[in-house]
Amino acid sequence: MTDEVGDGTAIFAYRAIDVPSLHALANPARFLRLARPLTPALLWPGGVLALFGCWAGLTQTPSDYLQGETVRILYIHVPTAWLGMGGWTGIAVSSIVYLVWRHPLARIAARSIALPGALFAFLCLATGSIWGRPTWGTWWQWDGRLTSMLLLFFVYLAYMALARADAEQGGDGRVPAIYGVAGTVLLPIIRYSVVWWNTLHQGQSIGLTSSTIAPSMLWPLWFTLSGFTFVFAGIVLMRMRGALAREKREARMRRMAA
Amino acid sequence: MNHWAFVAAAYVLTLAATAGLLFASWRTMRAAERDGR
Repeated sequence: MTDEVGDGTAIFAYRAIDVPSLHALANPARFLRLARPLTPALLWPGGVLALFGCWAGLTQTPSDYLQGETVRILYIHVPTAWLGMGGWTGIAVSSIVYLVWRHPLARIAARSIALPGALFAFLCLATGSIWGRPTWGTWWQWDGRLTSMLLLFFVYLAYMALARADAEQGGDGRVPAIYGVAGTVLLPIIRYSVVWWNTLHQGQSIGLTSSTIAPSMLWPLWFTLSGFTFVFAGIVLMRMRGALAREKREARMRRMAA
Repeated sequence: MNHWAFVAAAYVLTLAATAGLLFASWRTMRAAERDGR
């Protein structure tokens, strides 16, 4: 964009990108007004959808002609992988928002996502390992997909340690935010690991528009995917509300001590 | 090899861990909001 100075000379002027809805949400009071009713609105339907999907996946779908009953692990393994990677995407987006606009709420969001994201990354590894034993004959293999997912889990742990250390040292949150953005380099590696390397893990079988899995076996996955996603979002909101309440209390105690 | 034992282990682990985190997050939030008032 260009602006004119007094003598009529056009100069380039850089203006902050205006994102009204984002700025409105950055107000903690406004965020809490939205988060309080939204938390149960996400958790209850999410719980029902996830449990229904699990029940349907266990009882209403046929077994696989090769893998037998173990194919049913699909209905929880895929949502945990999706949320393990989606959680880090959330941390990265929140970190960018914090680095650009310095909204404290973005810092709190990133830190609130870390533990649920780490847990789901761990559950992805654990359910994959349980699935691998009867299918591949081994609990673990150092192949591209498994190793890159394990690295993501360690990256989560390092982020949590870094964020905690930053908070204890009274840091401004920039170092964990930069780390949060840098960690996104792992996401395409995980995504394309089955393409780039010859791995024991199967290639991509579910896309946005098509799938190589028969519809009669696939449908419960949409319930568990949406259900666990809603539950994940509800957990993050609860953690954000708790963090906001703690920061409010600490600020009040600092004012009283001053 | 009994496949159902592996299936059950995966489901129990995932559901128990999710429920545990849900409960822990709810307790932490309630305690923080109570102390914040």
